[in-house]
Amino acid sequence: MTDSNNDSGQLHASKAGGVAKSVPLLGSATEPTIFELSSPGHRCWSFRDTQLPEDLPQTAISPEHLRKTPAELPEVSERDLVGHFTRLTHRQYSVDLGAYPLGSCTMKYNPKMCDYVANISGLSGMHPGTPAFLSQGWLEIMVRLEKLLCEVTGMAAMTLQPAAGAQGELTGLLLMRAFHDSNGESRTHVIIPDSAHGTNPASVTLGGYSVITVPTDERGCVNVESVRSMIGPHIAGIMLTNPNTLGIFEEEIVEIARLVHECGGLLYYDGANFNAIMGKVRPGDMGFDIVHLNLHKTFATPHGGGGPGAGPVGVSSRLVDFLPGPRPIELGNGANEVLEHSNMDISNEPVTTSLRFDWSWPERSIGRVHSWHGNSLVLARALAYILYNGSDGLKHVSEMAVLNANWLRRRLSSTYQVAFDRICMHELVLTTSQQKRDSGVKALDIAKRLLEYGFHAPTVYFPLIVDEALMIEPTETESLETLEALASALEAIAKETTQPGSKEVFQSYPTTTPVGRVDEALAARKLTPTFDFVGE
Amino acid sequence: MSQGTYAPHSNDEIAQMLDYIGVGSIEDLFESIPDSVMVKDGLNFARGISETDVYEFMSQLSKQNGSTDNLICFAGGGAYDHDIPFATRSLASRSEFVTAYTPYQPEVSQGVLQAIFEFQTLISRLVELPITNASLYDGASALVEAVNLSVAQTGKQNVLISKGVNPYWRQVVKTFSKGTGHNIVEADLIRGTTNWSQFTGEGAESFVQKDNEDIPGTVVVSYPNYFGVLEDIDEVRRWSKDIGALLVVVYDPVAMGLLRSPGSFGADLAVAEGQVFGTALSYGGPYLGLFSCRQELVRRLPGRLVGRTVDSAGKTAYVTTLRAREQDIRREKASSNVCTNQTLMAVACCIQMSWLGKSGLIELARRCAIATDYLRQKVLSLSGVNGSSDLDHFREFVIELPIDAEAVVERMACEGFLAGIPLGVTLQDESYSRSLLVSLTEKRTRSELDRYVETLEKVIS
Repeated sequence: MTDSNNDSGQLHASKAGGVAKSVPLLGSATEPTIFELSSPGHRCWSFRDTQLPEDLPQTAISPEHLRKTPAELPEVSERDLVGHFTRLTHRQYSVDLGAYPLGSCTMKYNPKMCDYVANISGLSGMHPGTPAFLSQGWLEIMVRLEKLLCEVTGMAAMTLQPAAGAQGELTGLLLMRAFHDSNGESRTHVIIPDSAHGTNPASVTLGGYSVITVPTDERGCVNVESVRSMIGPHIAGIMLTNPNTLGIFEEEIVEIARLVHECGGLLYYDGANFNAIMGKVRPGDMGFDIVHLNLHKTFATPHGGGGPGAGPVGVSSRLVDFLPGPRPIELGNGANEVLEHSNMDISNEPVTTSLRFDWSWPERSIGRVHSWHGNSLVLARALAYILYNGSDGLKHVSEMAVLNANWLRRRLSSTYQVAFDRICMHELVLTTSQQKRDSGVKALDIAKRLLEYGFHAPTVYFPLIVDEALMIEPTETESLETLEALASALEAIAKETTQPGSKEVFQSYPTTTPVGRVDEALAARKLTPTFDFVGE
Repeated sequence: MSQGTYAPHSNDEIAQMLDYIGVGSIEDLFESIPDSVMVKDGLNFARGISETDVYEFMSQLSKQNGSTDNLICFAGGGAYDHDIPFATRSLASRSEFVTAYTPYQPEVSQGVLQAIFEFQTLISRLVELPITNASLYDGASALVEAVNLSVAQTGKQNVLISKGVNPYWRQVVKTFSKGTGHNIVEADLIRGTTNWSQFTGEGAESFVQKDNEDIPGTVVVSYPNYFGVLEDIDEVRRWSKDIGALLVVVYDPVAMGLLRSPGSFGADLAVAEGQVFGTALSYGGPYLGLFSCRQELVRRLPGRLVGRTVDSAGKTAYVTTLRAREQDIRREKASSNVCTNQTLMAVACCIQMSWLGKSGLIELARRCAIATDYLRQKVLSLSGVNGSSDLDHFREFVIELPIDAEAVVERMACEGFLAGIPLGVTLQDESYSRSLLVSLTEKRTRSELDRYVETLEKVIS
């Protein structure tokens, strides 16, 4: 072991691939809106020649239904359209450009292979209302993914319908409610740690429950004695993220599970931090009854600038009957070997009697939660990712994610205070309260300055229980060179905060980005949510 | 490892990093996990395989599907086979859009933020309502959020929904009402249009006579409805206003090129499935929910909202705004738990609507209507096929067949058609077992329509 500021800091920094120092072409320019580029008579559109009549018969639609003034969509040429949106992409940070160490967001590299999988026309060109006998490929994808996710989480069954983590949470809470209802019990409260994601309490409210907050102890874990004092017949369950948002594994999970189960409650696992534990420990084995996963985090499906995601929910055997319907099921043998390749081509004469997969409604289903079957193309990407990595590869993913976070923790612990300085899992939480005390420079200012070093900022001011929090999740796909460059940047910034007048200087950052510090207060005070908006 | 991995570490680097951290092995990093629950023998499935093998495997699975590659699509019911031009596909698949996160740091997220700002403007112009959010998960989730907002605004738990609203969306609304406690009441249809009189009597009287608590605070209607029929929304607005209810109109974005907008009817909220503008059929997702409302409701808006502002130098900039509404700040007091939206689909929608432009949207809607009228006349002239001839339709219509609609879909599939949506399945109602919902887009040619009619005639005879 050596001092944290040893020479490894600059060893490979020049080779780091995760640093995006390039600035947009003509970076100080603004891009006009598409509406300002509009010019009467310009157009992109053309449609195929259908040989159908040119005119709509007057009898087809009564005049009172017809729109009087056309929607003012912009009139641009295709060349101008492509120019506009391409220039917008030059004003946008992304994982493909550089490291994105947002804590609790798992911004790992999104494999290009999965993009191509999602573009296979036999998958993307499928109408969701296609009957089961013509959807056997899709049903098999869903059944296989469900089986693999069940094995990774240790759950009995899973619904793939929820479109995002938050929708998965609410689905899970409705499952909890259906379970208690079926036992004739009307439980009222759900326990949530004070370190939890804000979605948890919001979902609890929408699930018709009230929140009880349990404090975090001095080791960064749920205070077990508090849990013990809270449980009773009114407790519907507890929602935990494990490892929690401090990046720390809840060591007392077995005891917590025992306490909650003893009072008849259920354990809900928020899968936001699942990237830390694949192949190491399974929520089902820890005693969790309900688990949601974020496929856009752990299973590498791209975030798309804030969606789409997918939030499948797994349950233990006693909750299977309540799952949303319809569920894809396997009818006979055939798909048990996960990597068995099939050469079956679509037949010209579909024979419904030989179906291998079909839809089914669980006996006491809570009902449908999605317009169709879920975010199917996200599911296909996740299956491709799991098949590529395999059981050993997923374990390696979690090991490297935890290794990267601990390397950063060790390296940064001499410059910044680590909120709970012990072995962490996939992420670490720093507090910059010392820097704030000494110089007045805040966590947000440090985050903004980091943008100028070519990195996306970490999550700031979360979890709420840590003052001036910087929450860093490097993920397994960033190299040691990138970690070193990131650490060096954060160290350099810490040094900059000690300069005289640093408070004012830091408030002017960033200056080299497409726009400078954005006036968020003005945006809220003088709301302008569209190009046309005229306020009250 | 001999197999591939997206983690870049060499064995030497792993050793160097462990040494630097001060632990002897990877296992030491996981010491806080109780031994009693550790995975001992590894996960019980296959080891990794190459990208080539994965892709080939997924391709093989895709060949067991009846996609638009091998079936001419006449199915709709909330998902439509529209053309997606190459410019839209190319721009929407740029990795800066695909691999970005939620724009938490606006200084390096202006691309996504400006695209969403433009998207919000486009949708607001489409529906003629001033506020549009950054999108929701899908049409059904947009409807759930509209109902939740309306109930919070009016304080009335009763929600009256026309059975002309997509049946799957209604199911989703009912599922989530189990948590919120909303009382969902459904209005039946008579001959394709909503029979409101079972509730309204001669207008609003029967509502007014009831106890205040029984009066719905929210009325939901679809225009066009699930069966493609154009209902009288002016009338619904009249009596819903009389009872003080907020009106939610579910609309078809493509229809806005030809038909009246929710805003023109005086709707308080308008929701839709946005897949029709630039998102592939994708076996049902990811799609995007479109959500718009009157300005008075903006403080209760679910999901994200992008606003225009300036940066420190006074330069135009965009940022997510009114954040104080959102779940991560309001926690258990939030009226919605939605964190994100479907940005990538919203960007594709923005690009596609710009590709269409003012005249293209009109032409698109006209083409759907022309194809619908052409096919409807032809199909209804077949002996044994019935359907309402006196109702106004847009892009979709129901035919009553002499035999089971599911059987017709199966037989038509052998001839290369996805003939439509069998309503007995989607409505879970035996009395609809011979009803087929047929949908049209601008992609369908005259020869495809003629062959469809010929094939249908053969199949049912």
